[in-house]
Amino acid sequence: MLRGLANLTWLEIKIFLREPLGAITTVGIPVLVFIVFGRVVGRGPAPPPQSAIGLIRVQLPVFVTVLIAINAVLSLVTIVSIYREGGILKRLRATPLRPHTILAAHVIVKLLLTVITLMLTVLAGKRYYPLDVDVPVFGFTVALLVSTVSILSIGFLIASIVPTARFAQPIGGLILYPMLGLSGLFVRPESLPPALRSLARVLPLTYAVSLLEGIWRGDAWSAHLGDLLALAMVFVVCTALSAKVFRWE
Amino acid sequence: MATTGKTRNIKVIEVHGVRKTYGPTVAVDDVSFHVADGEIFGLIGPNGAGKTTTMECVEGLRSPDRGTISVLGLDPVRDVYKLQRLVGVQLQEAQLQKRIKVWEAVHLWASLYERKAADGDRLLEQLGLGEKRNAWFMTLSGGQKQRLFIALALINDPELVFLDELTTGLDPQARRAIWDLVRGIRQRGKTVFLTTHLMEEAERLCDRVAIIEHGRIIDIDTPQGLINRHCPERQVVLATDDPLAEERFRSIPRVETVIRQDGRFTIGGRGDDLVTNVIHCLSENRIRVTDFRTVLPTLEDVFLKLTGHSIRD
Repeated sequence: MLRGLANLTWLEIKIFLREPLGAITTVGIPVLVFIVFGRVVGRGPAPPPQSAIGLIRVQLPVFVTVLIAINAVLSLVTIVSIYREGGILKRLRATPLRPHTILAAHVIVKLLLTVITLMLTVLAGKRYYPLDVDVPVFGFTVALLVSTVSILSIGFLIASIVPTARFAQPIGGLILYPMLGLSGLFVRPESLPPALRSLARVLPLTYAVSLLEGIWRGDAWSAHLGDLLALAMVFVVCTALSAKVFRWE
Repeated sequence: MATTGKTRNIKVIEVHGVRKTYGPTVAVDDVSFHVADGEIFGLIGPNGAGKTTTMECVEGLRSPDRGTISVLGLDPVRDVYKLQRLVGVQLQEAQLQKRIKVWEAVHLWASLYERKAADGDRLLEQLGLGEKRNAWFMTLSGGQKQRLFIALALINDPELVFLDELTTGLDPQARRAIWDLVRGIRQRGKTVFLTTHLMEEAERLCDRVAIIEHGRIIDIDTPQGLINRHCPERQVVLATDDPLAEERFRSIPRVETVIRQDGRFTIGGRGDDLVTNVIHCLSENRIRVTDFRTVLPTLEDVFLKLTGHSIRD
């Protein structure tokens, strides 16, 4: 069945690229946010103040990275809903393909997309970003993939519950973007009101941000075992839940 | 039972007492039938009668609440992957990825089956899709999409093909072309299990049909068998200005009604002999007719009689 997975994955990549608008926005928006915001904050006759340096050195890159992951997830949620509504999932299921192979193909496509977007961001950053940021690119890529896989599992859960394809993107955004706000990226968890702080503690994006930020700053992986464990738990729980409630039609 | 050679008595599909509910709705109740090797078997009934649910239970896409199903000797729920390799499926109202090309779909499907697949390109040629190889799915017409789905259903050279409402939404010309294709499948010795709400389609295509309504099977037989049993009425409509005609017609054996209207007679009776008897009477009495036609009941009439309403209601 590996051949089926490989063929389906390759096909889905081609099909994705045939819809230029979707492909360009998914890849382009994070890169654009990165460059434009970086230049807006970092520009000026005087060197940027210390607080701003922190922002453009760490927070903005990590924010953009999380954006990449969220984009991948929203795109997955949308495509699964469209495929379900159009009966494509059902049609694929009435073949020797195993159900999880069909979904795995989409996950692989999204992960590839994530890596490509990240690479483009890095390349564009080297050329246009106001500060030269030195990061362990490989480790960071792995951290992003781990985070994306974990958030993708939330995506499947969202895809399981959205009623129609029309609502997929907005509902997904409604769930994921506020999570980003509480993730500790721009507002430290310590400075949140207690109720929000405990909410932030159960939100998976908090751990993704913590992991990405840490690896970005050059922390050792061992310092982030807690984050990894949390993300793994999110993955296991969401995958198990969506395996139960996922609708194929 | 239908004719055309082969080992007709091997049961490819056996369904016993199947029931399927969705919440409080009983979609299918106590459905039993079998499909024999090499025949075209049709499940006919109005929309919402339980045709698709029944078919999807047989395909292994749904599991029945009660009852047993055996397909090619397999349990479609337990052995669903084994079964999928052996059968071809066309689903009602299915779609493919909008921007998948015709050849890509065929290629993908061919790669999913272990056993030697049919030649995809030849299949496309046979189905008149050769020129559409590089077209995106979304650009195909309804008939072309249906033919592509038939190609996908045949790609693994299956012994048993499921066709769910395959000509719905097609114009009459495309419909006829697809009927020929389905007959072609039978000619190659395959078994076809189809659903339709078009009585004409069932009558022209199927060796045997099961009429289903409100989730229950009302009767199963060959189309002609159903017509003969449930609608033995025959009518002859003819035009003549012979003044003695009406009297003569009334004395024809087996004639039950003679209605005269504007110089036309509608002669009604039962059984296959009616038409012969009328012709006999005409020639014996040298009655000159300017028009002559027979009105024979169809499956549509059978359906009306069995259910009390037309299938289109």
